[in-house]
Amino acid sequence: MHLDFVGSFIFVADRVWIWLATYCFILASAYSAYSLFSGKFMAPRLTFGLVVAGFICQTVFLGVRGHEVGRCPITNFCELLTFLSWSMILIYLVIGSSYRLSLLGVFTTPFASLLSVWALFLPEPSAVPVKHPVNPWLEAHTSFSIVACGAFALAGLAGLMYLIQERQLKTRRPSSVFFRLPPIRTLVVANSRLLWLGFGLFTIGLATGFMIGQDVDWRKVAWSLVVWALYGGILLARVRRTMAARWVATLSIIVFGLLLSMFWGIRFISDVPPVR
Amino acid sequence: MNISCFGLSHQTASVEIRERFAIADSALPEALLRLRAIDGVEEGLIVSTCNRTEFYVAGAISQLPAARFFAEFYNGLRTGDEPHFFGLWADHCVHHLFRVVSGLESMVIGETEIFGQVKRAYETAIREKATGRRLNKLFQKSFHVGKQVRSATAVGRGSISVASVAVDLAEQIFGKLDGCKIMVLGAGDTSEKMARSFKARGARQIFVSNRSFERAQVLAQETGGRALHFEEWEREFADLDILVASTSAPHAIVTVDKIAPVLRHRGDRPLFMIDVAVPRDIDPNVHRLDGVYVYDLDALQSMAERSMEARKQEAAGCDRLIAKHVVEFQTWIERSVPPMIGPVAMELPPS
Repeated sequence: MHLDFVGSFIFVADRVWIWLATYCFILASAYSAYSLFSGKFMAPRLTFGLVVAGFICQTVFLGVRGHEVGRCPITNFCELLTFLSWSMILIYLVIGSSYRLSLLGVFTTPFASLLSVWALFLPEPSAVPVKHPVNPWLEAHTSFSIVACGAFALAGLAGLMYLIQERQLKTRRPSSVFFRLPPIRTLVVANSRLLWLGFGLFTIGLATGFMIGQDVDWRKVAWSLVVWALYGGILLARVRRTMAARWVATLSIIVFGLLLSMFWGIRFISDVPPVR
Repeated sequence: MNISCFGLSHQTASVEIRERFAIADSALPEALLRLRAIDGVEEGLIVSTCNRTEFYVAGAISQLPAARFFAEFYNGLRTGDEPHFFGLWADHCVHHLFRVVSGLESMVIGETEIFGQVKRAYETAIREKATGRRLNKLFQKSFHVGKQVRSATAVGRGSISVASVAVDLAEQIFGKLDGCKIMVLGAGDTSEKMARSFKARGARQIFVSNRSFERAQVLAQETGGRALHFEEWEREFADLDILVASTSAPHAIVTVDKIAPVLRHRGDRPLFMIDVAVPRDIDPNVHRLDGVYVYDLDALQSMAERSMEARKQEAAGCDRLIAKHVVEFQTWIERSVPPMIGPVAMELPPS
């Protein structure tokens, strides 16, 4: 009873960081959306600052939880969603400046907010996190897989932005938003690089998964292989130039949606298998 | 505030009148000397462009009727000149200058050229030591206001000519244009404008193809591009990013049948086609192909018109911003300069 209480308290205290991160992302979303749709130039530094602040809060949460559980903090669905959101923001912070895609933040921050709010509304675990012996293969498997999902999420968002731009060009009545989003060629390149990045990381995650040395849950393996094959198929079609950019963008969104719904469906990593 | 402006502009005078009162850049130093020689003028500055000739002065001359000022400066006027002039004093003059520098008084609202023209006029006046504390402060403030109006409002946004709309769209498709391969089919006036606009925005690879090879060569030379015989243009098509079609062909020369096989080898590279020919050179069905965007004259014109409308609507917001700066300037001048002589009067330009 006492342990339950202490565990809940620790978790609630940790969650303050997710609350703070959520506030930052919601503020950044509102500010950048207002800037985009009002047609007024506003300081992009503020959005960037809020994203960085949210990222720091998430990092603190994951750090505290990691310290408590003694391993990569993906022991429940709340942590999983936070780790996914953290990975996405990390990649955004790296590629956003590299590819002059600062406006990707307009789309990234609402999604990060959504993941954070989702994490906050999950029921709190009642027990003190159990420290498992660290299995490096399991750590590598989970980390690479979730960071890969972050890259796939950004690829999906770049795909969404591409479709918005493409639609406006096809209707021949582009709005002011059209002129404030990145050029579609840049979005195609970003989408492609993010897919490759995600695919590479996911492949490593998949390969390390086979090295964990536990009983294999074939549902998870089958699911992972389906996702891997779908993304592989998209990339193969790109390389062979048999798929138009519009379809690549559409599939980036659909397959990521599938990935996210399966997260929920079979609780991917949340039920940590016992380590031998 | 004994600052005033005497002038005439495209709103008050036709080009025939404006050209008689225009002052060439080379004649400005001498004109500034004459301006300073007028009784009551302590500081002076002349802005003379194709759309306006305006004299900004500080001193006891402030409330002189505009026609008398012009008569004195130009040594007499012709019959019928008088209604074309306007005179603005004190805060009306300040408000007018801020509007001018912000492009709100221009023929094309929100254009940026006027900013540079006023800045050059100010630099000339400084060089000739024609300005003093009041006009220096006024013009420096006007440049600050001009910049703020352009950055904080949408008055300068959106293109208002067919050529610039096309180039803006190209930039939103490809980003920088320096790596884009552009082909211009036809070497008429419209093609020339388009080619020049693309070159001005950084395009380096421009190909010109025309039935008359000589004309293609002339345009290619002017735009730093390469001329192609008309029979050769289809061969270059696979590598193109942008096509500007403006031939006088009686039917579409770019069709789905011609484009579809080429697209298969292009991968995800978009293809932007600008059809400014009448009758159209590009089959409208080409626009339905994946990754191909065809904009004809009507589509470009409609975008230009919408931008112009948006700029006009934005002008009201600009005035509110300008009004705040007028008050600030007024406060400064009341604190720093002795009070103005006599009541404030205004002689508005005829509507």
